Amino acid sequence: MRRWQERGIMGVLNGATLFSVFITLAILWVLGAETTNFFAQDEVTVGEFFGTTQWNPLLGSEKHFGIWSLVCGTFLVAGVALLVAVPLGLITAIYLSEYAHPKVRSILKPALEVLAGIPTVVYGFFALTLLTPALKVFSEGFGSFNALAAGIAVGILILPIITSLSEDALRVVPQSLRDGSSGLGATRFDTSFKVVFPAALSGITSAVILAAARAIGETMIVALAAGSTPKVTADVRDEIQTMTGFMVQMALGDVSNYGVEYYSMYAVAAMLFVLTLCFTLLGTWIRKRYREEYE
Amino acid sequence: MKPPPREAQILAPVSRPSAEESQDSALETAIQLKDFDAWYGDFQALHSINLAMPKKRITSFIGPSGCGKSTLLRWINRMNDTIAGARATGTLEIHGKDALGPKVDVVGLRQQVGIVFQKPNPFPKSIFDNVAYGVRLHLKTSKAELQEIVEWSLQKAGLWEEVKDRLNKSALGLSGGQQQRLCIARAIAVGPEVLLMDEPCSALDPRSTAAIEDLMLELRKSYTIAIVTHNMQQAARVSDFTAYMYLGTLVEFGATEDVFKRPRHTETEDYITGRFG
Repeated sequence: MRRWQERGIMGVLNGATLFSVFITLAILWVLGAETTNFFAQDEVTVGEFFGTTQWNPLLGSEKHFGIWSLVCGTFLVAGVALLVAVPLGLITAIYLSEYAHPKVRSILKPALEVLAGIPTVVYGFFALTLLTPALKVFSEGFGSFNALAAGIAVGILILPIITSLSEDALRVVPQSLRDGSSGLGATRFDTSFKVVFPAALSGITSAVILAAARAIGETMIVALAAGSTPKVTADVRDEIQTMTGFMVQMALGDVSNYGVEYYSMYAVAAMLFVLTLCFTLLGTWIRKRYREEYE
Repeated sequence: MKPPPREAQILAPVSRPSAEESQDSALETAIQLKDFDAWYGDFQALHSINLAMPKKRITSFIGPSGCGKSTLLRWINRMNDTIAGARATGTLEIHGKDALGPKVDVVGLRQQVGIVFQKPNPFPKSIFDNVAYGVRLHLKTSKAELQEIVEWSLQKAGLWEEVKDRLNKSALGLSGGQQQRLCIARAIAVGPEVLLMDEPCSALDPRSTAAIEDLMLELRKSYTIAIVTHNMQQAARVSDFTAYMYLGTLVEFGATEDVFKRPRHTETEDYITGRFG
């Protein structure tokens, strides 16, 4: 009887694991198959996809499929997000790890992690209805949709990832290194920035890269606040479109379930998948390769 | 248990290691403690310590675990400041200057009083940067001057010959004994007058221990050294003065020879001879 129970439990566990593996493989298969369909269409070539910068699959008589304008929009938003989140997140992490009283930390850290639990659609509206009007006060050049507001909101979204992972990396730096530093007459500031921070650098780098992958994949905020005009630009006041933003537009729009513009969605998804996969792998590799051996 | 008498005096200068040094009968005091009490929260770790450590001599602190010897050592350069709830009262003077009051420049004090810990703790940086670290904090030096200081410190720590060809390699690649000598080099590079050593050899093999002990006898010419050790032989071998502590009190303090050969307290004798502790 007990043996059957054990077997039953094993079966459920194995099944659950296999299910998630199966789902992942199924998604990959769909992505691959539909992307192949996309490139099989007459209107598009691989050369155009990777070699041109104009993305215009819907309007006009001539459709253009140059992925780089979408990639540019994605990186523009992610770049702004990292510019916001990296300095703020690292300073917060150093404060929490090196300066904060344990009681303060025990309140602040969970509070910060709550930020990660806010639905991203809330961030999107926050960017659209609060940040953009505020930015317009500073410059007339800001569009109703713009890369900066979306980027700032994404930055706030990834802030807890950077802070939390970096703080973990800082905290595992052995106390003996801090003692060694202050024993030489270093101030707490010297110790934090010249010993603890460099010692935790690999963990911090991988935290930033994982956060970057999250920023690149973020969808709701950019769909709401960044706009739907793909273009290659570095001007954060402009309306742009990200890869994720385009996919939302396609999935929600009145596009038929076939045709080149429909399949283009899968090609963009595959591109996005490859990009975020690269970032995640890079982060993992850095963490493993440069994992600090302290002794 | 009734605490034993706390007065401790320097009885006589030791006769070793060289004859000329034994001539100076009046030793200058480097570190002076008077009625020194220390607490961790509500727990009193040190009870009314009175002690005068002579300049350019090695003073060893022995006693069973938890007797407060490390606590005492870590108060001398205020390393205990970083421990929540640690506080101390009484007098702690280094070269006649208060080192305990709220106005004391702790950073400057630690530059003057270096510390070497039980486990070697080199920074995950290059050998050069480890030694240069403290110097860069305190002095504005040219590159050449910095290199000179690093070489001098490594030579003084007896490590130069072993590492001169790999100064830019990580310090973590060194052996435990080399790492500990690197930590000593790092400490003397900032130009201290006093060196505190908290069981510096307990994580090392006998050969590395011998190297560190030789080094201590060499450093004794320029520095006042205080060492905490669990190793009786080590205390007997290297130190000029020995303090025996028990339960946060200073039981006996005197010339090492006297403490080991003619202890005035039976507790000391029991501990040294291994009947207790």
